[in-house]
Amino acid sequence: MTEFHDASNVTNPEHAEHHVVTPRTYIIVFITLLIFTGLTVVAAYVDLHIFNPIVALAIATFKAVIVILYFMHVKYQSRLIKMTVSAGFFTFLVLTTMTLSDYMSRAWGLW
Amino acid sequence: MDNAILATQAHPHEMDQAEEHAHVSLPQHLHHFATEQQQREAGTFGMWLFLLTEIMFFGGLFFSYLIYRNWYYDAFAVASNQLSVPLGGTNTAILITSGFFMALCVWASEVRKKGLLVIFLLLTMLFGSVFIGIKGVEYHEKWEKHHIPGDHFDVSEFVNPHAYGLDEKPLSPDMAKKTQIFFSLYFAMTGIHALHMIIGLVILVWLTIRAHRGDFTAGYVAPIENFALYWHFVDIVWLFLFPLLYLINRHHGT
Repeated sequence: MTEFHDASNVTNPEHAEHHVVTPRTYIIVFITLLIFTGLTVVAAYVDLHIFNPIVALAIATFKAVIVILYFMHVKYQSRLIKMTVSAGFFTFLVLTTMTLSDYMSRAWGLW
Repeated sequence: MDNAILATQAHPHEMDQAEEHAHVSLPQHLHHFATEQQQREAGTFGMWLFLLTEIMFFGGLFFSYLIYRNWYYDAFAVASNQLSVPLGGTNTAILITSGFFMALCVWASEVRKKGLLVIFLLLTMLFGSVFIGIKGVEYHEKWEKHHIPGDHFDVSEFVNPHAYGLDEKPLSPDMAKKTQIFFSLYFAMTGIHALHMIIGLVILVWLTIRAHRGDFTAGYVAPIENFALYWHFVDIVWLFLFPLLYLINRHHGT
């Protein structure tokens, strides 16, 4: 099959070879996730004042990113998929920022 | 006569088309897709669009958590300390393990190892079920302590913590009532998360039966891969729920 109808150039040349993620990568990610789970528990028992929730969220975000990149294969996907995923999180961030600025500006000085 | 014989024989070009049609009836290459690659990417794209709606769905809950935590921080801190970190932490590790085996399922399907695929699917289900079981133990404890929001909610532990042997700052009766908001969000968020897992476990049973038949070890990886996306997404939700619900104020003195 050398010729097929591809008027809108949907077949991405960069994507011609499918990437199979190996168990080795999965094991490394798995161990990293467990280490950071332990880390987030330990960090919660240390008094870091305002940085406690920031550290907790940073660790959770880091874990989420490696799950998305490796377990969910986004690192090995085409640009279309990468854009779709980032657009989703970006939209959520926009909605949160706008709603939060509304809440904060209504109770100015109390936050 | 020569002409007649020629007419009954299929044109070489038509023969090609017929062969091609037989080829494209594979589940990993349906006839309306140009290539297997295109079909697979279209499936992944569609799955991610669904997951984006899920981000918005859980995002609304996370946002209300953010607002109420800022408004009633004292109630949230004390109520959060009533959750069990050993149980929550164990559950996090169990869920990560379940996700790890789900990732291995995709690999087993890609390299066409049927036996391994079935074993990994069963392990994914096993760890997922243990998670639900531990969640059930936690819910039962909340039930016994009257920490389920509603008519029977009991604030006495939060108004007078020393009588219960708790090393917490007593809350005013007004603020103590607000612990119900924490537990409402706790049950809403972990409950919907658990519902997603139960739906996932049902789909896993179906996938395991089909995997045992050999449906996913002959080049057709998409159902395993797309379900893995869903399962990992549910894991990610928990990765945020655990620190936000269980670890608000574990360091005493603030």
